[in-house]
Amino acid sequence: MRIGVVTFPGSNSDVDSLNALTVAGVEAVTLWHESADLAGVSAIVLPGGFSYGDYLRAGVIARFSPVMRSIKEFAAGGGHVLGICNGFQILAESGLVPGALLRNRSIRFAGRLVNIKPERLDSPFTRAATGAPLRVPVAHGEGCYFADDATLDQLERDGQVLFRYVHDDGTPVLDPDDPANPNGSLRAIAGVCNAAGNVAGLMPHPERMSESVLGTDGGMQLIRSLVESAAEWEAAGRPSPKTRAEARA
Amino acid sequence: MSEFRYAVNVLPKPGILDPQGRAVEQSLPHLNVTAVSRVRVGRRVELTVTDDSEQGARAVVDGLAKELLSNPLIEVYAIELLQGTSSADSSSAVSSKVPAK
Repeated sequence: MRIGVVTFPGSNSDVDSLNALTVAGVEAVTLWHESADLAGVSAIVLPGGFSYGDYLRAGVIARFSPVMRSIKEFAAGGGHVLGICNGFQILAESGLVPGALLRNRSIRFAGRLVNIKPERLDSPFTRAATGAPLRVPVAHGEGCYFADDATLDQLERDGQVLFRYVHDDGTPVLDPDDPANPNGSLRAIAGVCNAAGNVAGLMPHPERMSESVLGTDGGMQLIRSLVESAAEWEAAGRPSPKTRAEARA
Repeated sequence: MSEFRYAVNVLPKPGILDPQGRAVEQSLPHLNVTAVSRVRVGRRVELTVTDDSEQGARAVVDGLAKELLSNPLIEVYAIELLQGTSSADSSSAVSSKVPAK
């Protein structure tokens, strides 16, 4: 099975993502931003970095690249797409996941280790997680998750909040000025998914904590979740995503 | 066909946290400025559109402002028709003219 990692001009976590997927035991291939050909991959990672120099707004210019048009179709067809850091910003700008990423509340670039905790373990992106807080790095200037209150309520109700920044004891960092919430995200949200559940984005970098030689391999739980979900989707003959209504019924 | 020159002024929506504006505001005491408040920092994009009419050109700018230049979730924009080539060009920079003493 093959999983693709997109390289945009300015991507810098693409090689880390390819490595993490290789360690997880799948064939990891680079997808070039100017090509609409997804090379038959079973899942896609949009990696971190500063695509197109973060000009205008982080992620917005990448949204109009040929590869993103194909990825929109891939996602609409039920394929799994994981956006990490800049990849999350690209998904948000593309409307593939809800919300927006604002400049960090502190205005400082946040580059350090934080704790995040999966909100649920039955999603395609957390199924291999233990549920314990994960220590993972962040490296971003625009990661403050924002959506209006009605949207936030709806996301919580429908289980679309996948990760929150947490204290060492696992409780969410709800004070946006607490440094354990590295960017001031509303409701401590570190990652969300779309309504169908097959597209997710998060600001921290699980791929950079995916081997014990890197300090901890906790991030591998999320990489492995993606690999399992992609394999299951392939084995089932690439089914289209359930609509939210169908999923609830 | 004519050329129309526009500026699109993009600002954070009212109520949305603007850390850049806050940082600028917090620097004001160092300048002994006390009469200034509610600083918001945005972005200004200038562009030229070739079209038959100003109406048609404005529609192009409006579409672009919605789709690319602003994010409607977090930002608002206003379109301004410019007379000269650029507001940075002093001959057309009405708003930056300093009154003669």
